Amino acid sequence: MKDERGQAMDRRQFLSTVGAATVTALLPGAAFGQRAAGSYSNLLILVELKGGNDGLNTVVPYTDAAYYQLRPRLAIPREQVLQLDQASGFNPVLEPLMALWKQGELAVVQGVGYPGGNLSHFRSIEIWDTASRSNQYLSEGWLARVFSLSPPPSRFAADGVVVGSAEMGPFTGGRTRAVALANTEQFLRQARRAAPASDARNQALGHILKVERDIVQAAANLSGKHEFATSFPRSAFGNAIRTVAQVAASGGGVAAVKVSLGGFDTHSNQPATHARLLKDLAEGLVSLRSALEEIRRWDSTLVMTYAEFGRRPRENLSRGTDHGTANAHLVLGGRVRGGLYGPAPGLSRLDGDGNPPFAVDFRGLYATALERWWGLDAVRALGSRYAPLDFLKA
Amino acid sequence: MLVNSRAFDVRLGGLGVSAVQMLRLIRLAILASWRFRIILALLGVLCGSVPALAQAGPPIGFEAARHLLNRTSFAASPGEIEAFGRLDREQAADRLLASTERRAATPPPAWASAPFESLRRFRGMSQEERKLARQEIFRQSFELQSWWLAEMLTTPSPLTEKMTLFWHNHFVSSLQKVRSPQLMYRQNVLLRRHALGNFRDLLRAVARDPAMVIYLDSASNRKGKPNENFARELMELFTLGEGHYGENDVKAAARAFTGWGIDPESGEFRYRRRAHDDGVKTVLGRTGNLDGDAVLDILLAQPRTAEFIAAKLWREFVSPDPDSAEAARIGRVLRDSGYDIRAAMRAVLTSDAFYDPRNRAVLIKSPVELVAGTLRQFNFRTGEVIPFVFATNQLGQRLFAPPNVKGWPGGDAWINSTTLLGRKAFLERLFRADELRPMLAAAMDGAMSNMNAPKAAGRLPEGRERFIRAMMAVEFDSRRWLGQFGGEDAAHLQPVLLAMAPVNAPAPEARGMDLIRHLVQDPVYQLK
Repeated sequence: MKDERGQAMDRRQFLSTVGAATVTALLPGAAFGQRAAGSYSNLLILVELKGGNDGLNTVVPYTDAAYYQLRPRLAIPREQVLQLDQASGFNPVLEPLMALWKQGELAVVQGVGYPGGNLSHFRSIEIWDTASRSNQYLSEGWLARVFSLSPPPSRFAADGVVVGSAEMGPFTGGRTRAVALANTEQFLRQARRAAPASDARNQALGHILKVERDIVQAAANLSGKHEFATSFPRSAFGNAIRTVAQVAASGGGVAAVKVSLGGFDTHSNQPATHARLLKDLAEGLVSLRSALEEIRRWDSTLVMTYAEFGRRPRENLSRGTDHGTANAHLVLGGRVRGGLYGPAPGLSRLDGDGNPPFAVDFRGLYATALERWWGLDAVRALGSRYAPLDFLKA
Repeated sequence: MLVNSRAFDVRLGGLGVSAVQMLRLIRLAILASWRFRIILALLGVLCGSVPALAQAGPPIGFEAARHLLNRTSFAASPGEIEAFGRLDREQAADRLLASTERRAATPPPAWASAPFESLRRFRGMSQEERKLARQEIFRQSFELQSWWLAEMLTTPSPLTEKMTLFWHNHFVSSLQKVRSPQLMYRQNVLLRRHALGNFRDLLRAVARDPAMVIYLDSASNRKGKPNENFARELMELFTLGEGHYGENDVKAAARAFTGWGIDPESGEFRYRRRAHDDGVKTVLGRTGNLDGDAVLDILLAQPRTAEFIAAKLWREFVSPDPDSAEAARIGRVLRDSGYDIRAAMRAVLTSDAFYDPRNRAVLIKSPVELVAGTLRQFNFRTGEVIPFVFATNQLGQRLFAPPNVKGWPGGDAWINSTTLLGRKAFLERLFRADELRPMLAAAMDGAMSNMNAPKAAGRLPEGRERFIRAMMAVEFDSRRWLGQFGGEDAAHLQPVLLAMAPVNAPAPEARGMDLIRHLVQDPVYQLK
């Protein structure tokens, strides 16, 4: 059967539910090349570790006796840890990242959190996505705010792209141009229902038409497919990473991309699940680097992981961990100054919930991206001054 | 008669009539009795405000009636619009407000009235039992959403449901934290009972509502260990709004509410005297041994509270930007009526601003309004409402689970690239149900292995089959629907379906289904 435009509608298109969006092909993009310090030609990729990654078993304090006391069954054995320095080491499944570490392109930031760490998934990811205080409710994502204050070039396909999820997260609201490519088959097809138009009769209509225009522009500029030599892992995350790479390769350009890897809420039977997820993450990041090198964009890309929270140091009775606070996150890119940032976890200073204090406010990472990657005024966007970290080379 | 005529000068019906002239008229009237009646009639015409002699206002007409009905319900048929079009503003508002129910007609799920499932039942459960209990909560949550959506689709009193949804977005509680579908059901019943009743009663009842107690941690609020969550949201979100109270008021109010809690076995409100701080407190200038009810009274005594509610009603029913003088006026109506919500609604629905042509089509339909509105507008026949619950969820509105205590922000926030494409896709599928039924039938036979039903459908009992069956049951009788109109062209359909002229005018020869598809895909269809 055909729809009114004479295109066959197949079953999958019908039965898929609303909210799916996709990208298929991308124009072969001119290599970005430009290494302009501080501008939107620098790409930011956020990797959301959905559910709350267990930082303590990712970056292991292998010389801290408290770690082994708190986690008799879950602790990574000392001899298996891939040492990063005298006190911290990687979970062994992160082995693929060691090349990056040795090349000095991988920074590890420990103790990332915020005052009043909220233990609700919902609320805490909202805090991270909106860069709010823990007692403040903001409706606009932090990147939406940034893009409202300093719009990326209008020729960009979109200001921000979400891959692997329909949740706009840091791109929520504002006047930003953001599209979600949740399902790699449907975006262009669905995007055909959108049509550009101009009609200023009222503000609400104006908003709807603006979103239609954003969709059309994204679809127009994200079409075309780059053939990568890099092979991507055969997993959902691997597919998402391939899409991210194609977005980066597209001639249109975007300022920021968010991609998610889910399943980190490991309340029970953590060892196998966590190992699988970290392996997905490591392999995905390595293939991302490889793809970006192919199109000569590694030097103009900054990748940062984030999550709603870390996990509790003391393991629970189900071979898992409960919601925590301070966490370790990874930062990588061609211009990253590799190394360890932030202190090792303060396992002797756990609070009433059994969680360690945070040391690095997550908004400091945002400030680093805003000031040193994009050359923007971070205070305006974040509402306050947060000290940037030193993980970017000049 | 010696009268200081200047002091009694009066403006009658817009004409300046001085007291002296009025007295002359009355003298004349008394002296000449047959002329008396004529004079009286004249006076009646001049004094437009004299009720007994006032004329009815002009009939509001088709367009305004369409506007009124679409703002206060989910959709309106041509016949309903015509009937209301013949009434004046006051009559139309009265008719709407007189016919509202306070209870849902749709029977709730069986578990809703079953014995309460103790909130403590998770203790001592094995991992497997816990997993099963969580799955049961998931199933019940879904059934609860389905029940409410089904009610919206079939209720003869849609204004009741709109108001219940309004209060759900004001007095927010969410399944995500409360984790008891039974308690969320009970809260919904409470909201419906008071939806067009008395705000004072509603506030008092909600403050004690067990789902709210859990949601805002009221039970953790004890003497010596105050939890300020409820007191803060009570002032910030439920009554005064930010900037109209201080931190000390929050702290004192929190102390006043200590001891409020629930019995985990029965799920009923329980007051624990020993946990109550009965010391002296000062809230908004009032000092005393205040308890929770006293604080509620203090909040209700503030003129600001009624204004805050009035402004919210404005944003829901009139426009995104309340006129401050008008909102204050409606607030006064609310307060002076003793917090009669119906009186406030009447003031809103008869106001000039409500009927101002500049306020047509300025509000964006929520996902529920889009889905329920479209199904009702076209008299769709449906089986289980499962697919529609998925639709509203994915478009950003999960009934019984607003994203946070501030509720759904609404307005522009409903529309982003994902949700707009989702809305268009939903509408397109809805009007192709006929064509796609054979495909669904094949899917049921298992001919299709690679189905794309939402993942969550798989978590339901016979999930995917039920989903498909529900999709197959969706029917639009286009012949019958079009038969309501004098013709199948834009001149007949547009005024009913759209709040203003479309962005993309349909081709002049467009008729029937093609025209319907064109109009519902127009951006203006997303507006109310």
